[in-house]
Amino acid sequence: MSATVTQAGEATSTATHSGPSKHYLNHDTSIKSWLTTVDHKRIGVMYAFTLAFVFLIAGLLAIAVRTELFLPGETIMDKDAYNQVFTLHGVLMTFAFLVPSIPAILGNFVLPIQIGAKDVAFPKLNLASYYIYLLGGLILASALLVGQIDTGWTFYTPYSSDGSTAILVTTLALFIMGFSSILTGINFIVTIHKMRAPGMTWNRMPLFIWGLYATSIVQVLATPVVGITLVLLFLERLMGIGIFDPALGGDPVLFQHFFWFYSHPAVYIMILPAFGVISELIGTFSRQRVYGYKAIALSSVAIALLGFMVWGHHMFVSGQSAISAIIFSLITYLIGIPSGVKVFNWVATMYKGSIWLQTPMLYALTFLFLFTIGGVTGVMVGVLAVDIHLHDTYYVVGHFHYVMMGGTVMALLGGMHYWWPKITGKMYSEFWGRIAIALIFVGFNVTFFTQLILGSQGMPRRYADYVEAYTLMHQISTIGSYILAVGLFVVLFYMIHSLFFGKKASANPWGAATLDFTHTTSPPDPHNFHGTPLVTRGPYDFYLADDVFGRPSQGDGRATGDGAPVVLPTGDGATAAQPAPPKANQPA
Amino acid sequence: MDALFYFVSWVSLIITVGVVATMFYFVYKYRRRDPNERPAPVKESKLVEISWIVVPTILVLVVFTWGFQGFIKANVAPANAYEIQVKGYKWAWEFTYPTGVTTGVLHVPEGRPVRLVMSSTDVIHSFYVPVFRVKHDVLPNRYTSVWFEATKTGEYDVFCTEYCGTEHSGMITKVVVMEQSEFNQWVLTGGMDNMSPVEIGALLYEQRGCKACHGLDGAAGVGPTFKGLYGAQRNFADGSSAEADENYLRESIIAPNTRVVEGYGPVMPSFAQLSEDEVSGLIAFIKEQE
Repeated sequence: MSATVTQAGEATSTATHSGPSKHYLNHDTSIKSWLTTVDHKRIGVMYAFTLAFVFLIAGLLAIAVRTELFLPGETIMDKDAYNQVFTLHGVLMTFAFLVPSIPAILGNFVLPIQIGAKDVAFPKLNLASYYIYLLGGLILASALLVGQIDTGWTFYTPYSSDGSTAILVTTLALFIMGFSSILTGINFIVTIHKMRAPGMTWNRMPLFIWGLYATSIVQVLATPVVGITLVLLFLERLMGIGIFDPALGGDPVLFQHFFWFYSHPAVYIMILPAFGVISELIGTFSRQRVYGYKAIALSSVAIALLGFMVWGHHMFVSGQSAISAIIFSLITYLIGIPSGVKVFNWVATMYKGSIWLQTPMLYALTFLFLFTIGGVTGVMVGVLAVDIHLHDTYYVVGHFHYVMMGGTVMALLGGMHYWWPKITGKMYSEFWGRIAIALIFVGFNVTFFTQLILGSQGMPRRYADYVEAYTLMHQISTIGSYILAVGLFVVLFYMIHSLFFGKKASANPWGAATLDFTHTTSPPDPHNFHGTPLVTRGPYDFYLADDVFGRPSQGDGRATGDGAPVVLPTGDGATAAQPAPPKANQPA
Repeated sequence: MDALFYFVSWVSLIITVGVVATMFYFVYKYRRRDPNERPAPVKESKLVEISWIVVPTILVLVVFTWGFQGFIKANVAPANAYEIQVKGYKWAWEFTYPTGVTTGVLHVPEGRPVRLVMSSTDVIHSFYVPVFRVKHDVLPNRYTSVWFEATKTGEYDVFCTEYCGTEHSGMITKVVVMEQSEFNQWVLTGGMDNMSPVEIGALLYEQRGCKACHGLDGAAGVGPTFKGLYGAQRNFADGSSAEADENYLRESIIAPNTRVVEGYGPVMPSFAQLSEDEVSGLIAFIKEQE
């Protein structure tokens, strides 16, 4: 980016107003070109469709669960059906949706563009990851045909060891999906290390990239453990080797250790990319440098590593020794601090900013609110004595929905809105966007805050039926879930609507300062950039915006109807723009 | 423990309100007034950063220490505790008292520490009494324990909190807190003296888990209904058949999986631990369900 200033010359205005005629979506529209594509952007889009489908199914299952719980006794399904429905909801949401979600959709689409690369390091491997995920998904679907899966998403032994063959098929599916996760992780790590554009130093990387980097480390290191665990389950079932089943001389608690050794880090696989997205949103819409950039970047990596040492906090009352419970509790607090500090950092980012309340920013603010509640309730269940009461109750259910849905899903939705113009080249309806986030915010809190109360009153989780005293809270929670569902459907409808009727998006509708918005068209060229960008400043140096966007009078965003103009480099480091201004070559 | 719960809740509330209020204040105060605004970067303050690391760290360490003490207390039962053996199985609880009496509802004396020594005969269960704030997993291959001291007579809910299958949510019983003198009387017989066989059967049906799977209304549950069972023709999974007479019912209680009725799984645990009187009582109870 040797020249970061452009004048409203022809090249710029073409890019700004009408978009390019040829881009990654329309340069070849055959089905075959999609199915065999190695373009990271197209793979991201394919993940988006697939995961939206999984989220829809798993979400409808959640609605079924809430509907059954509207009244005590049998409401719409019997206990066996209920147990399968909540199991499937959990398995799909965690393994098939949350784990891939942000990295697979937004990571794939945004990562190479944000670091100024043409693609990920191993494009074919990237496509392979997608198909491996799809294969896992199909096997998971076939498990439903084989028999019933009613173990809960945790597959605790020995309940799961004397279950049906369907459980083996399910674990096989998760085993396969694990490889997809590992391969994506490796791909991202190598891409971030080797493919950054000139000038994109580690300290100039957008925080989303840092989040993905930390996530990838966890994916590569933790996923094999769940793979090994599932193999051990297989060996036990098929060859009668006693590992987890006490009838064969195994130890059921050992399974819990294995399971949480993966599944706790998996929580960080789900939340770290969300931290990254939120940093982007809050930085861009506050027009400020993200406060404590280095702290946020490095604490993500620290959390990724510390995340391996806290699995035992899921087992305070499971029969592990008291001394290990105590140590796990202490380390859990250590890992809680960096997450808390991030929240303070994001709030501080808004200080003396210029806060533009567009839909993505509303998601970011919602995230801050919900994730803070998720965090403090996490501290609560980490308290040894209190966890004795709260363990395996609705309090825990409420807590992890605040973190996973209030955290990860809000960040994903915020990110989808933020990059939607970039991905599709269309603007969604800002009006409906606000209606939807309001519904989601209210619905979410009505659904899950009541569950925190239910849990503190002793309502155990995974109950198809409950004692009458809990009826009112369950009914409120169910009504909340309907509001939440309506909100999410509104998002689905206006997003689809925008594909056909949306206003054409400008290249940089938000006035963002990262390469994905400043240096590409909407939608981007098949090769992302026309030339290799040169990076001369940090990702959130909005105060250099005159250099970034052009003359002050041009403004940014849709306030002027245009968005910020874009610099399209034509060759290495050179741009199509006019002579560089004096300040432009100064590193920020 | 409750004090700690409320302490953490209040501190959490204050922190959450603080964060959210600051957020709203900033959103309002620094709202965008002009698209061309280019706010100068804010200088990061070491003091602010250190304080928001140190203060939460102190808070969580206080909370950790407090919780740690409570945890130790919850894990070490007083030496004079009254010991009751607990067995969890799909899908009921069984409590055996030092007198040899076994019941499906837990009875405990008021004002005396009670220690439960627990194990499971099948999968993992978890013993939970919300009002006593006690919970521990019940494992098939080892003993675990909880202890508590009930301070008020009455009846309280007991839940299973580790998912254990179809009737997980039906694995509920009561704990009855009795005055010490009353308890001393009760524990000699488990309240089953002067009961007719049918009454004993009805009590066992309620308390020992039969009702989780066997309905009385003619509808099939996990197991066959008891309604009209006595004297009915039973067709078994292996193709044979027999009439459900006393001997068949007895076999189905003691060794339930010898002959399994067609359409049902071999999932019932053996109840060989029941006394002769109890088995006869159950059979008498089943006969009543015409």
